[in-house]
Amino acid sequence: MALIQTTYNRRSFLKVSAVAGGGMVLGFNWLAAMDLEALDDVPESLVELNGYVKIGADGTVTILSPNPEFGQNVKTSMPMIVAEELDVDWRQVVVEQARFNNEVFDRQFTGGSQGIRRAWRGLRMAGAAARHMLREAAAHAWRVPVDEVTTADGVLYHNASERSAGYGAMASAAATMPVPEQVQLKDLEDFQIIGTSQKNVDGHKIVTGQPLFTMDQHWDGTLVAMTAHPPAFGMRPKAVDDAAARSMPGITDVFTFKTFEDGYERNYFDTNAFPELVAVVGNTTWEVMNAKRALQIEWEPIEALESTTDHDARMAEMAAKPGRVVRRDGDPEAAFARAAKIVEGTYTAPFLAHNAMEPMTCFAHVTADQAEVAGPIQAPEFIERTLSARLGLPPEKIDIALTRMGGGFGRRAYGHHMVEAAVISRQVNAPVKLMYTREDDMTFGAFRPAYHATYRAALDADNNLIAFHVKAGGIPESPLHANRFPAGAVDNYLAEEWSLESNITIGAFRAPRSNFMAGVEQSFLDELAEAMGKDPMAFRLELLERARTRPVGEDNDYDAARYAGVLKLVREKSRWDEEATPGVSRGVAAYFCHNTYAAHVLDIVVEDGTPVVSRVCCALDCGIVVNPDAASNMAEGAIVDGIGNALYGSMTFEEGVPAHDNFDTYRTIRHSEAPKAIDVHFVENGIDPTGLGEPPFPPIFGALANALYRATGTRMRAQPFAPHLERQM
Amino acid sequence: MGYPETPIHVDRLNRIFTLSESMAAMAPITLSVNGKTVDVDVDPRTPLLWVLRDHLQLVGTKYGCGIAQCGACTIHLNGAAVRSCILPVSSVGNQRITTIEGLSPNGTHPVQQAWLEEDVAQCGYCQSGQIMSAAALLNQHPAPSDEEIDAGMNGNICRCGTYLRIHAAIKVAANTEA
Ligand code: FES
Ligand code: FES
Repeated sequence: MALIQTTYNRRSFLKVSAVAGGGMVLGFNWLAAMDLEALDDVPESLVELNGYVKIGADGTVTILSPNPEFGQNVKTSMPMIVAEELDVDWRQVVVEQARFNNEVFDRQFTGGSQGIRRAWRGLRMAGAAARHMLREAAAHAWRVPVDEVTTADGVLYHNASERSAGYGAMASAAATMPVPEQVQLKDLEDFQIIGTSQKNVDGHKIVTGQPLFTMDQHWDGTLVAMTAHPPAFGMRPKAVDDAAARSMPGITDVFTFKTFEDGYERNYFDTNAFPELVAVVGNTTWEVMNAKRALQIEWEPIEALESTTDHDARMAEMAAKPGRVVRRDGDPEAAFARAAKIVEGTYTAPFLAHNAMEPMTCFAHVTADQAEVAGPIQAPEFIERTLSARLGLPPEKIDIALTRMGGGFGRRAYGHHMVEAAVISRQVNAPVKLMYTREDDMTFGAFRPAYHATYRAALDADNNLIAFHVKAGGIPESPLHANRFPAGAVDNYLAEEWSLESNITIGAFRAPRSNFMAGVEQSFLDELAEAMGKDPMAFRLELLERARTRPVGEDNDYDAARYAGVLKLVREKSRWDEEATPGVSRGVAAYFCHNTYAAHVLDIVVEDGTPVVSRVCCALDCGIVVNPDAASNMAEGAIVDGIGNALYGSMTFEEGVPAHDNFDTYRTIRHSEAPKAIDVHFVENGIDPTGLGEPPFPPIFGALANALYRATGTRMRAQPFAPHLERQM
Repeated sequence: MGYPETPIHVDRLNRIFTLSESMAAMAPITLSVNGKTVDVDVDPRTPLLWVLRDHLQLVGTKYGCGIAQCGACTIHLNGAAVRSCILPVSSVGNQRITTIEGLSPNGTHPVQQAWLEEDVAQCGYCQSGQIMSAAALLNQHPAPSDEEIDAGMNGNICRCGTYLRIHAAIKVAANTEA
């Protein structure tokens, strides 16, 4: 067993107490022990999480899951880790969703695939510390040395005297024991819960349609609210004629309001292009929906009204000019000057809407001196600050319930909907449920940015790769990570970036920036391998071998051996090296982001002129896998999501107006279009776990593009791919 | 990609529900929901979805698009899958409405059981609709082929991408029912 020094202090053990009627509660900081490395795409201040374990006198173990749940399954996997070290039967554990609470839980956040990674050690320590205190209590009661007290499945044993007691019986006494200064963690081979597949703790509620989501909650006297936002980015309401809407049945109020007051300094997650809205409030959803459509609103432009055609032209202009150099190794210019051959490819991708299945929704009840809010939110701490400023209430008077989210994908890091609900509730002096229609949700903004990248590679007369150049940019941000592969694998390397401003708002979207760069980089590497006459798998492994044995530069953001490891595993599992199956076109891609390595081999067969994804073989290195079947589910979902967005995802604009506002014109992947089979394989290395919500997503874009090329003969350089295919096939 | 289009094609909401200046008067309507007879007093053009959710507090049926494109609102009318978001309550008459809450006592329907066995859900938001579509599909095709499952389920979007598990669960349910 590993003996570790705990790092508990006043901050990390907030509470150890007996509970009325028997039992113990441990409040702890899950992450107090963490050695926090630089975060990828998540602000540093978001990473501490707290939770608690409660053991009732009847032996019931309750574990609070503090992180907002949006389908990534942390509500099951985080408590599994605590239960492992606590040494209880998983079936005895009851999981509860915590509310947002600064005092007890400190910080709660979902995003950046960091949940399990950052909580791992703290969760284990919490379970192990609780187990230790239970053993101390038993040793005390039985007057035996604590070393002789063992545990199994929530029962304490003293074998020599043949005594035993359930955790429940010792819980109150355990609460009076000192918090240990060091605890022993289990060896990996002794794990009984971690590494086993456990079902979603909310599964039964989901399949029976119980009220889990914000819009399912019902509070007496609650009014329904909807808002009208400008039809175009760059506009605001000028004049509102609400006479017709007001006179409609069930309508109680119509008014214009500001989400942010003038002069308010916005925080990182206050993204909002439409801070002035028209609210319609009434008794039922349908009545409010109708009244909203009866509003006559005159909108006025206050900024430029942007169009996609103009964006595309401006991006091409930027790409033709020198960018900001963010990495240079060797002498790339000289190498390109003496190249025998230059391979070049330009790749683009449009804005994307998140389209979480549950549109934005929020419940709020705000009175003169307090606010109660419940809604789907990934970053509650930030929205609490915003609410506090907007409502003029101290944070302790604001209660935020973290309802299960109907998807998020990054969109719910931006909590304007919660502020809107709160402001409306205060104005109408009643509890309200704010509902976005699908159209509201899809056109409100916080999109994945539009991106553009040009790759060039120089080959010498013997077809050796002598220089590599990437120039990438976007609206309004660059997608480039300067020190990612293949930086480190090529002697002469140049990376440049640029960006263009826009009033179209953007937000984090599953694996921000990586979700573009992985696909295009992996497409270009395929083009390059072809130009060099090399097998695309072997070529990648060759580059990684170079980076492992003789890395160029010191600042490379990846472990070349683990990177190669997922490629080797996917090569084996997909039988890449075997004789090709006639009619099957294969594409490979790999990527490293959010601390996890992912590689895919995607197979396409053409049926009646239509390319069909027959299989995806996926290899992941996320260290220890806590809940393997749930982890596979997450990877399968990311693969389906990536194929869908690569083929169809696109938000375009005309004079500031989003050109798509519902699923009839915004194509999402459907059942028959999903791969016919996906098999997910994990590298087994016993390394502390990293996350999975994002990493399998970015490289699938590249695997698909590469397989489609082999199936159709056309390089897929512009997303979405489907329109090019229709022209092709 | 030349994939089959979604089988449901409808006009946009504002073309389906033309707004008249004056709303129709409220009217008492009697419905049969999950084996019970209930009376509601609503504008007869109200889509059944909102009657279920707002008036009857049966919130398992979800809103996702309002224009019959996503399937989140799927319920059964006399056992057949119907999108409740575009179904005016006045058109239901005495047809039997079944929602996810009434599909079985306590989640014992083979489709619900198969969903748990395959641990299908991620966020779970689309799953009521998926389950109702799957149950109706199995009513029609007790042993559906892959193509029949594709056709029967293409109207239900799962943004989390759980389609393969949905597909597998339908096969599990078909085997249990058989
Ligand atoms: S809400 Fe009815 S099909 Fe989408
Ligand atoms: S499980 Fe999230 S939309 Fe289907």
